[in-house]
Amino acid sequence: MLDTTRRVATPEGIELTLHLAGPVPRALAWTIDFALRAAIVLLVMMGALQLGSAGWGIVLLTAFFVEWLLPAWFEAAWHGQTPGKRALGLAVLNDDGTPVRWPGAMTRNLLRAVDFLPLLYGIGLVAMLANRDFKRLGDLAAGTVVVYQPARKLAATQIPQADAVALPFPLTLEEQRALLELAERSPTLTRERLEELSELPAPLVGQLVGSRAASRLLGMANYIAGRH
Amino acid sequence: MRQAGFEAAHGAEWQAFEKFLDAPKAPPFDPAEMPSRYRRLCQSLALAADRHYSPDLVDRLNRLALRGHHALYQNRRRQSQRVLDFFLAGFAGLVRTEWRLVAAAALLFFGPLLGLMALLQQSPEFVHYLLTPEQLARFNDMYDPANRRLGMREADTSLMMFGFYIWNNVRIGFQTFAGGLLAGVGTVWFLASNGVVIGAVAGYLIQIGYGESFWSFVAGHSSFELLAIVLSGAAGLRLGLAVVRPGNLSRKAALMAAARPAVRMMYGAAVMFFIAAFVEAFWSPLTEIPYPFKIAAGIAGWAMLLGYFALAGLRRAAR
Repeated sequence: MLDTTRRVATPEGIELTLHLAGPVPRALAWTIDFALRAAIVLLVMMGALQLGSAGWGIVLLTAFFVEWLLPAWFEAAWHGQTPGKRALGLAVLNDDGTPVRWPGAMTRNLLRAVDFLPLLYGIGLVAMLANRDFKRLGDLAAGTVVVYQPARKLAATQIPQADAVALPFPLTLEEQRALLELAERSPTLTRERLEELSELPAPLVGQLVGSRAASRLLGMANYIAGRH
Repeated sequence: MRQAGFEAAHGAEWQAFEKFLDAPKAPPFDPAEMPSRYRRLCQSLALAADRHYSPDLVDRLNRLALRGHHALYQNRRRQSQRVLDFFLAGFAGLVRTEWRLVAAAALLFFGPLLGLMALLQQSPEFVHYLLTPEQLARFNDMYDPANRRLGMREADTSLMMFGFYIWNNVRIGFQTFAGGLLAGVGTVWFLASNGVVIGAVAGYLIQIGYGESFWSFVAGHSSFELLAIVLSGAAGLRLGLAVVRPGNLSRKAALMAAARPAVRMMYGAAVMFFIAAFVEAFWSPLTEIPYPFKIAAGIAGWAMLLGYFALAGLRRAAR
């Protein structure tokens, strides 16, 4: 399937799914970070330049730390997130899905110098589009991926309650899953669209149309989910 | 087992696990149980996916397992001991292991540097191919033997120069390293071009008779700064080599394998740049210190650093 997901196998023998982040959200996150970095340097500049030429030393030191070390520090210490990444809901992980640590964070941030060439991440963008994990060169060398951070909490979506309707004949697992998915999505669909979709599986709904077909399928979904 | 029954049977356990992840300070169960609870969650996820339960349930379990995975495999080992180990032994050992690349980088850097210093003694006019008149005038200014402070203009303060050296020199080191990703071309360019510029300035100042103030200024920090550039170059060449000649690995795997030691070498190089910047800002400009003493301090710096790279951690490696 063509999708922006990456599956990683864990030592427990399961596969976790990571949702990879593409160039656009990452560019937005970078813009936020860049604005914050510029703001820090400007603030320090406003204070330090009262000290005359020694102040320039402080400004340059700040500029150095903010440009090279601060992003790596954030990623290593803050669950793979810089402020911009947090705002966009992104995070840096190692290839195997574990949280990124100092070596990985340092590697990808030092190599930003090359990704940034010739200007505004030209090389980085080409590299991201040339591999299926959206990795820029720094990510390739560090063995890291940028993913969408899973939402902190997600309430279970409940299948709408309906009287269970026994299946007229056995369904394959994929077919059962399709029915469950339809039932889960039904609260977010318009009534017309739900009815239109419900009329499609003719062997299940027969001659029923409209809301009767929909309620029939919801009943079957309830049956599959075990509410009977 | 149907989905509803499955959720009823395990739902409470999932919720407890989520609560644990949300507030590890106030755990709903003994933290020692966490790994086994995590494995049961993994089993639930595998079962839910295998039995084709609804995508929403599988997604929810996937998210929970991912968070558990992060919590379980994050590294909480103390870093301070490892940092100490690295600078007492690991760094020097790494430089010895990569001695071929270090030698190549040294050749690329010191070759043009020393060559130009020698050449400018023979044909002084050659400097005009390399440096503009404004640059020459500035260097004349900075190394005038009549100066109270060397290597800087009268109005500059040491703190300003320290900031400048960090910002400029460490950046050059990082660029030299990162340029290795471009099949090593960037690294070769930065090494050679910096060698050319430094060699041209040094050769010029010696030739016009400012030798004493030049050596007095550079002696102290030269060892740390020049070797730091060479090591940044060696780290960059390591990356470049992985791209150009990955051997039996895929390019990606070769790059990942090369990045680890290369970045470790950059940690060491960065610290050397910091030491060099500190010396360069606060010691090198001083004219109160007698010339022979500054030269002796410079030679001592070289001897110390080379001795460190030759010997540090040897006994540990032999064990």
